[in-house]
Amino acid sequence: MAESTPIIAVDKVSKIYGNANASTVALKDVSLSIAKGEFVSLVGPSGCGKSTLLRLIADLDKATQGTLLVNGHAPDVARKNREYGFVFQAPTLYDWRTVERNAELPLEVMGRAKADWKPRVDKMLAMVGLRDFHDHYPWQLSGGMQQRASIARALSFDPAILLMDEPFGALDEFTRERMNMELLDIWQTTHKTILFVTHSISEAVFLSSRIVVMTPRPGRIATVVDIDLPYPRTFETRESPRFFELMTVVRETLKEEFVGHE
Amino acid sequence: MSVVEIVPGPKPSIWQRPWVAPLIVFVAVVGLWEALVLIFQPPVFLLPPPSLIWQSLAGQFGALMSYGFNTFLEAVGGFVIGCSLGLVVAMFVARSPRLSELLLPFAVASNSVPIVAMAPIAIVWFGIGPGSKIAIVAVMCFFPTMVSAVRGLTAASPDAIALMRSYAATDWQIFSKLRVPTSLPFVFNAFKICTAVSMIGAIVAEFFGGAVNYLGIYIKTQASILKTPDAWAAILVACFYGLFFYFVIALLERWLMPWRRMP
Repeated sequence: MAESTPIIAVDKVSKIYGNANASTVALKDVSLSIAKGEFVSLVGPSGCGKSTLLRLIADLDKATQGTLLVNGHAPDVARKNREYGFVFQAPTLYDWRTVERNAELPLEVMGRAKADWKPRVDKMLAMVGLRDFHDHYPWQLSGGMQQRASIARALSFDPAILLMDEPFGALDEFTRERMNMELLDIWQTTHKTILFVTHSISEAVFLSSRIVVMTPRPGRIATVVDIDLPYPRTFETRESPRFFELMTVVRETLKEEFVGHE
Repeated sequence: MSVVEIVPGPKPSIWQRPWVAPLIVFVAVVGLWEALVLIFQPPVFLLPPPSLIWQSLAGQFGALMSYGFNTFLEAVGGFVIGCSLGLVVAMFVARSPRLSELLLPFAVASNSVPIVAMAPIAIVWFGIGPGSKIAIVAVMCFFPTMVSAVRGLTAASPDAIALMRSYAATDWQIFSKLRVPTSLPFVFNAFKICTAVSMIGAIVAEFFGGAVNYLGIYIKTQASILKTPDAWAAILVACFYGLFFYFVIALLERWLMPWRRMP
């Protein structure tokens, strides 16, 4: 990656929940810099603060200390500038809207010209393979299709950044692997910067150009692993020796951290 | 891979239609009633046979339907006022926890007002005409609507709200595009309960006085002169309007919430 201005810059950020008597340090002195166009995964066990970090970047929560810059702006400004699309673990589709109307929601909220809605949404639904399901309601779709619809919704207003919080965590292994491939296709066609939270090491290795390994109590960054597997990644990537080596590197880091704290 | 053949199932017989079983039960109950009256011969004013009630209904059908319509209009008037007030208060209460602490005790209190105690006072306040009945129905509809609407307006999941915040949505957008649609199933449940409540409220309120061309007055008068088949016939008419009201609201619900329609 070229040493240009990072699109996401996190500098000595801490997040403490609770008050002076009973407080939990969710994040301690976390610093991270992500360049435009990267696919970065945050990996770690529960309580390592990976989702918290994502929500701080999204301005869905406020940092206790430190500074964050998203596309050069403070998180609240970046949110108001609609710099990112957020994908939650649950599809979070609105029951009363069809797939198409769900994908239109951001455009509608942001007051984009109505004439632009349909072409934008049609394109995104085609990209996630839901063109034929545009008039279905969420309950008529499988879990994987619902999550695809939620990705189409996040992309519909063309944000520079995609923040994804364990988006495939609730899916079965087969669906998850297929969604991983599709997400890489989307990433390579749209050139978005993606920050992806997961607790699956294999998912992180398969998807990412860089993995940020985090450990809990307090949540912090243990190490950052560059993933040098060539793109486009295919079914065979998962069977290559390098894939397993990188998985082992990540796993060992987590193991050392745990052993060191016992 | 084996080929799965999809064979159309046998056409469901008429006995499997959803309305068949209730109809059979209805016919059986009416038949049993008629038979028991024929066998034990109780005084007509105590338990008239269904055939006699039917005669009474058929003999004055036009008059009873018009009395019923008058009472129905009171019920609708009270329903509209009570439910609207319930919704408006719910919007304020759902917005501010402090306001809800202030208002909720009063709302709960309004629910514990016994209508029987209220009716004579309502007549003093709003007159012997429809006004007093509408007022009582309004009080009865207010509480269930408000409580359900508050629950519905605060039922959106944290992620559904976070999604809106991620779009930098205004409070009004979060309210109109998320909270209101989320609340609709809750609100319509309350409305459906209120259809029954409002017919009951209007009839009971009429027992305390009013013009003769209303169902409640008619039931009370005919029962007091032991013309109970007439009273039973009037009760049937009240049931008809109550059901009609319910189905109007249920249709409105289907129309406003197409996503709830199951195949």
